[in-house]
Amino acid sequence: MSILVLAEHNNASLNAATLAVVAAAKAAGDDIHVLVAGSGCGAVAEEAAQVESVSKVLVSDDPAYAHQLAENISTLVAEVGKGYSHILAAATTTGKNVMPRVAALLDVDQISDIVGVDSADTFRRPIYAGNAIATVQSSAPVKVITVRGTAFDNVAATGGTAAVEQVAAAGDAETSAFIGEEMAESDRPELTAAGIVVSGGRGMGNGENFEILYSLADKLGAAVGASRAAVDAGFVPNDMQVGQTGKIVAPELYVAVGISGAIQHLAGMKESKIIVAINKDEEAPIFQVADYGLVADLFEAVPELTGKV
Amino acid sequence: MKVLVAVKRVIDYNVKVRVKADNTDVDLTNVKMAINPFCEIAVEEAVRLKEQGVASEIVVVSMGPKECQEQIRTALALGADRGIQVQTDEKLDSLAVAKLLKAVYEQEKPDLIILGKQAIDSDNNQTGQMLAALAGLPQGTFASEVKVEEGKANVTREVDGGLQTVALNLPAVVTTDLRLNEPRYASLPNIMKAKRKPLDVKTPEDLGVTITSTISLLKVEPPAERQAGIKVGSVDELVEKLKNEAKVI
Ligand SMILES: Cc1cc2nc3c(=O)[nH]c(=O)nc-3n(C[C@H](O)[C@H](O)[C@H](O)COP(=O)(O)OP(=O)(O)OC[C@H]3O[C@@H](n4cnc5c(N)ncnc54)[C@H](O)[C@@H]3O)c2cc1C
Ligand SMILES: Cc1cc2nc3c(=O)[nH]c(=O)nc-3n(C[C@H](O)[C@H](O)[C@H](O)COP(=O)(O)OP(=O)(O)OC[C@H]3O[C@@H](n4cnc5c(N)ncnc54)[C@H](O)[C@@H]3O)c2cc1C
Repeated sequence: MSILVLAEHNNASLNAATLAVVAAAKAAGDDIHVLVAGSGCGAVAEEAAQVESVSKVLVSDDPAYAHQLAENISTLVAEVGKGYSHILAAATTTGKNVMPRVAALLDVDQISDIVGVDSADTFRRPIYAGNAIATVQSSAPVKVITVRGTAFDNVAATGGTAAVEQVAAAGDAETSAFIGEEMAESDRPELTAAGIVVSGGRGMGNGENFEILYSLADKLGAAVGASRAAVDAGFVPNDMQVGQTGKIVAPELYVAVGISGAIQHLAGMKESKIIVAINKDEEAPIFQVADYGLVADLFEAVPELTGKV
Repeated sequence: MKVLVAVKRVIDYNVKVRVKADNTDVDLTNVKMAINPFCEIAVEEAVRLKEQGVASEIVVVSMGPKECQEQIRTALALGADRGIQVQTDEKLDSLAVAKLLKAVYEQEKPDLIILGKQAIDSDNNQTGQMLAALAGLPQGTFASEVKVEEGKANVTREVDGGLQTVALNLPAVVTTDLRLNEPRYASLPNIMKAKRKPLDVKTPEDLGVTITSTISLLKVEPPAERQAGIKVGSVDELVEKLKNEAKVI
């Protein structure tokens, strides 16, 4: 049986999150097809056809899919996917929005946010903010799964030579409409793909003070994240939140600045290879997970660090 | 306009769970339980819609054993009008919850259904989307703003790249993100009043739903523990360690 991977993209290029999903698919089976649903998304299909281990790319190009509205995409994915053994997507906000609908349309349970594939029907996933790892087995005829990207090594983006096939669109549900979006513009690397992440918490005090983190990040070629407290206080926008209910990151180096280390925050970053904590409170729980802890005032330590790296 | 809110009883978010020694599940004996934080935000949003004169009635529903009536009472104390408990002691996966909610939706015919975006125990983030699919409704997931006007709900969603706004025909399903609102505290008089608000108990049989699951839990283990590292005495020492020991910069 074959595995269907739902491509994540913006109609212009393939999101690297898809490469980790293909890696997870490889662990569950070997004939991997990628579905690209979008509008004017031919370039994405070309890109997907070059991804390592992909044997076929299915494209459904229709205005109904321009903004990945779940009402429209889910009927297509369920229709195309019902003959497959597995349907996989990234556990991004797009995947999380669409896949449970697909599962419900196919009358099967969904397995969310897997971090390991033990066999074609057995998967590991974190529960309780990562404080426990559940191993679950699925007897569903089609296994609908979202994949935590940081847990799998991306397959190569090139080297494959898959055939590209068109599939008919499944129509517009006409129950929802896209109104607009405000996307963060940044020259820094994307948070979930960056090799180094520098994050600030409530200890930053205000939004302007984040400038000292941006300087450090730019020196290191890092992405910038934040705790929920910093986002709630309006210091920085929501797309920067790291944690149980924000983004999950696992960079080579994570620098937590003015962050206390609540379990909900740790859930989003504790798989990082090296963790550095800068906090003036030596009792802060973040030090329990940090490889290198520096008890210091961040307003002194961060500029000094920027000068020395 | 009638609003249906789904609330789930979960471990209190301040509690750090432990895995049972035999690795069959997490240990919830004597652990403090509470209303799922995202569900609390869902209740608050419904109450605000009622205060704005947009909503006329708020019905809250929870599926599970008798104890989940406590969370229904909490929601009633926050301002919901009546409650429904769907009594079951069985393990419910999201699809089963969604099927029960669909049956309640068909009986109650609300114009808006608000759920939490995820429950902090299983962290599934599925139920609202599944309900929407089963009932053929549009969905606004991870909402940070909801405006109801002229038969539509305009929902601003927190997505990976920023914010997205969609317009949904009513009836619609909305799932809440953290920044939708800040829930109020229930006052003592409201807690007392909540005890007298109506709370119906139904069973899955009453709703014509058979609970099944295609997922079996094989084991639950603690995550790999991180070793606490060292404290460095200065920025210079930190830079030295990052360069020469960790080799990450
Ligand atoms: C359902 C739910 C979901 C949640 N999801 C998330 C999530 O996804 N991500 C997340 O991050 N949180 C999440 N939270 C919130 C979490 O519980 C914490 O409240 C939050 O992480 C705290 O952020 P913080 O560490 O920045 O703030 P605080 O806990 O207030 O810590 C600030 C730290 O800064 C230090 N500090 C202050 N000034 C200085 C200075 N000058 N120099 C050095 N250090 C300084 C202090 O010592 C302190 O340790 C969630 C909570 C709930 C209930
Ligand atoms: C690996 C695994 C093991 C499990 N083990 C057990 C177990 O041992 N015992 C057991 O009882 N259950 C168990 N469950 C079921 C689990 O605790 C949830 O009840 C189920 O997955 C429902 O989905 P959710 O809470 O994850 O939904 P999510 O999709 O994360 O929740 C979103 C929202 O749906 C609504 N919602 C969810 N559940 C309810 C509810 N019951 N009533 C009202 N509204 C609700 C709430 O508004 C909530 O905010 C297990 C699930 C998994 C995946």
